[in-house]
Amino acid sequence: MDEGLKNELQKQGVFTTTLEGIYNWGRQNSVWPLQFGLACCAIEMIATSMARFDLARFGAEVFRPSPRQADLMIVAGTVTKKMAPQVVRLYNQMPEPKYVIAMGACAISGGPFKQGYNVLKGIDRYIPVDVHIPGCPPRPEALLHAFMTLQQKIASQPLTGDHRPRHLHAELPSEFPVPAFGAHDLEPPNNPSLWQAPALRRG
Amino acid sequence: MPGEYSPYLFVVTMVIAAVAFAATPLLLAWLWAQKYSPNKPGPDKNATYECGLESKGDAWIQFKAEYYLYGIIFLIFDVETIFLLPFAVAFTGLGAGAFVAMAVFILLLVEGLAWAWMKGVLTWK
Repeated sequence: MDEGLKNELQKQGVFTTTLEGIYNWGRQNSVWPLQFGLACCAIEMIATSMARFDLARFGAEVFRPSPRQADLMIVAGTVTKKMAPQVVRLYNQMPEPKYVIAMGACAISGGPFKQGYNVLKGIDRYIPVDVHIPGCPPRPEALLHAFMTLQQKIASQPLTGDHRPRHLHAELPSEFPVPAFGAHDLEPPNNPSLWQAPALRRG
Repeated sequence: MPGEYSPYLFVVTMVIAAVAFAATPLLLAWLWAQKYSPNKPGPDKNATYECGLESKGDAWIQFKAEYYLYGIIFLIFDVETIFLLPFAVAFTGLGAGAFVAMAVFILLLVEGLAWAWMKGVLTWK
């Protein structure tokens, strides 16, 4: 239905929508995050879910203690190399459709601990991240903004066609390889299908 | 027969409506999932534990039975302490009957302890 006709009908008090619109509207307003905090950013995440900032306004106050019931993983804090396999495994155990918010400087890049031998330089090396939030730690408003950004992303995902999201493609995987502890680093150091080291162009 | 009053018609109608009310959303969700939620199982997703760690080892391990005897002896003397304390506090004001009753109680427990000692329960093997 074209936009003009829709507006014309709306002026007459007739509201029209699509199945896709209703489906995504329901999805975007009932995102259940995984109850999962790694470091100081988790404190800001807790503050976001409390009365002052009230994540419940967006239908996302139901933090689930099991990945089987969660739609959203908020990676809140420093991901150490010891923890990275567990994070990836938890992501794999979440049912589709699933989303990831990388919260704070550590989760997106390693942050102030980037030079540490035991710190993963960004969780997007292993799992697909939908929204990155910079900040150390980001304020609850920043997490709310990331959440609204994610809602916009969910609302714009088509149900059919070639541009439909990963979970609607039956042949695309839902699990990502879990890194193993190697002699000096995680093996592999990143998932090449998701992230590749920026190449330095010379000359 | 038309016009005949059946008192159970209401119950039958109610049962059908109730079942349909519960089953229709389930059926619709199932139909939707057929098209818009492809099944994607995997080794991690089907894993038993959901804490992020891999389970390892065997669940069929044996616990030492000696711990059970240790536990029960501890429990008995733990309870005895609770009785001994008021007994000690009120000792000077008690009659001979109360003293004999308490002595029998303690002797019974000490006998049990001596038995456990002789059986070798108190040495952890």
